[in-house]
Amino acid sequence: MRVPEQDATGSAPRVVSSFLERRREQIAQRWADAPLFRSVFTVSRDEAVEACKAVVDSLSDVAVSGRLEDITAPGFLPVRDQLGRMTQTRTLSGSTPSQIADEVAGLRVPAVELLREEFPDATAAQAQESVLALTLLLGTLRLVVMETALDANAELIERQRQQLLEVATPVIKLWEGTVAVPLIGTLDSARSQVVMESLLEAIVDQRARYAILDITGVPTVDSLVAQHLMKTVAAARLMGAECIVSGIRPAIAQTIVQLGIDLGTVLTRASLADALAYTLGQQGIEVSRADASASAR
Amino acid sequence: MMRASGQASATSLPIGSDADLAWVRQEVRRCAAQLGFGLVQQTKLVTAASELARNTLVHGGGGRAEITPLDEGRGRGLKMCFVDSGPGIRDLELAMTDGYTSGGGLGLGLSGAKRLVHEFAVDTEPGRGTTVTAVAWVAQVPSSRAGAG
Amino acid sequence: MNLPTPGQPPQVPVLALGDVLLVSLQGELHDGMAEQLQHDITSRIAASRVTGVVIDISGVDIVDSFLGRVLAEIASTARLLAARTVLAGMRPAVAITLVELGLTLPGLVTALDVDRALELLSQRGT
Repeated sequence: MRVPEQDATGSAPRVVSSFLERRREQIAQRWADAPLFRSVFTVSRDEAVEACKAVVDSLSDVAVSGRLEDITAPGFLPVRDQLGRMTQTRTLSGSTPSQIADEVAGLRVPAVELLREEFPDATAAQAQESVLALTLLLGTLRLVVMETALDANAELIERQRQQLLEVATPVIKLWEGTVAVPLIGTLDSARSQVVMESLLEAIVDQRARYAILDITGVPTVDSLVAQHLMKTVAAARLMGAECIVSGIRPAIAQTIVQLGIDLGTVLTRASLADALAYTLGQQGIEVSRADASASAR
Repeated sequence: MMRASGQASATSLPIGSDADLAWVRQEVRRCAAQLGFGLVQQTKLVTAASELARNTLVHGGGGRAEITPLDEGRGRGLKMCFVDSGPGIRDLELAMTDGYTSGGGLGLGLSGAKRLVHEFAVDTEPGRGTTVTAVAWVAQVPSSRAGAG
Repeated sequence: MNLPTPGQPPQVPVLALGDVLLVSLQGELHDGMAEQLQHDITSRIAASRVTGVVIDISGVDIVDSFLGRVLAEIASTARLLAARTVLAGMRPAVAITLVELGLTLPGLVTALDVDRALELLSQRGT
């Protein structure tokens, strides 16, 4: 009795592989209706079926190689891209990696049902070995998908962080030759780099003589933030523009003094309006009320 | 992450005259552009290379620059090594200080170049020579480490 | 690209616009050329009645500490000879790099471009 039993154990992956090959069409038809595929391939069911077949083929290759529990098995390579795109679509529509992994787990039941039909006696050792092998294989697939989902998630977060950086630093033309950046939120190294670059580009584009950095929306100014501000001011000066830091709230002014931060020769103003008034004054532009000037004449 | 860690074609350039410095700058520019570094990062890299190559020429009595494109798990980057067999640096800490100079420069060579890259290492021994290694990674934004310098 | 021939470094052209010298730096600048330029400008200021020097670096890809020192020295020397120097047209990437390098050139007057530089010299020159 020993010999066939051992044989059965060793052949289970091969049984699964040949089952996957033979029943490729039926498995694909059932999987195409599973949430994982249905929710990604919304336009055409045929596409879903094709995608399912690719996954079945891949699993069959992995089973033949005997590396049922190896997520780095070369058999997975052909579908990694496809799985990546699928998880990306699910991620973008708000699914978490674990939700996606649950959807992959949902593929097990229809596949195992089909596999059981292969055996007249479902309780036979070979049947049980094969079901176990298929379950292991699908468990590995779940890990592969989870891995790609986590990657896609990290990429998405990085991309959103980038977009946020750019969105959060608009450079505004306040007047002919005067540009301003209203800074909102924490000014870290990455932010200050983006601010510096967009401000200097704006100075060139607008042929600006004055650049205003408004820090009304910056919650705290520590020595690092001050350093970033001074670097930006210095870079603007090298381009031939005068830089003014505005929006220094009383609490922040106090912190700056208490921390002993030396803002050096940086020109500061209490508010953005004060800073604009300064730049206008420097250019010899006077702003006055229309009726006032009319009555004065 | 299936990228192979590549030590793809390192370029070695001699540093023996100020015309050689120009070659080093151009090679670094070419490599950095090819690797996809943005304009600001390219400028920082070329400037760092210029500072370090001049150090090799002026203080090390000449040597060579090795420029290697990197492609590793964490992304693409550029490694620059500046090697001389000159007198070495006796007090490295002092040499890394802003404003310190033993030549005719502004004393920003080593400390300044360090601020322009992500990784920086100096290997020196009096009488044996100096090797300065600088690495920068292609990034949309510099690493948060930059603020510490 | 012009490689220097030994013994005779290529020169940077120095243009005279009235009493202002206009120097336009382009592309790769060898250390020898920069030092030659420093010498040329100084002798031109001394020889004629120059009140201002405009150094246009809009065509320069990088400014390292060596070129930075040369530019600062040109300005200091010119000042001793009663001429004012304006550095014009620095590119954004160059400005960011210089600041990161620790070189803010505090003694230098800067302008967005040559027009602005000339405007600056004429404003306070009279």
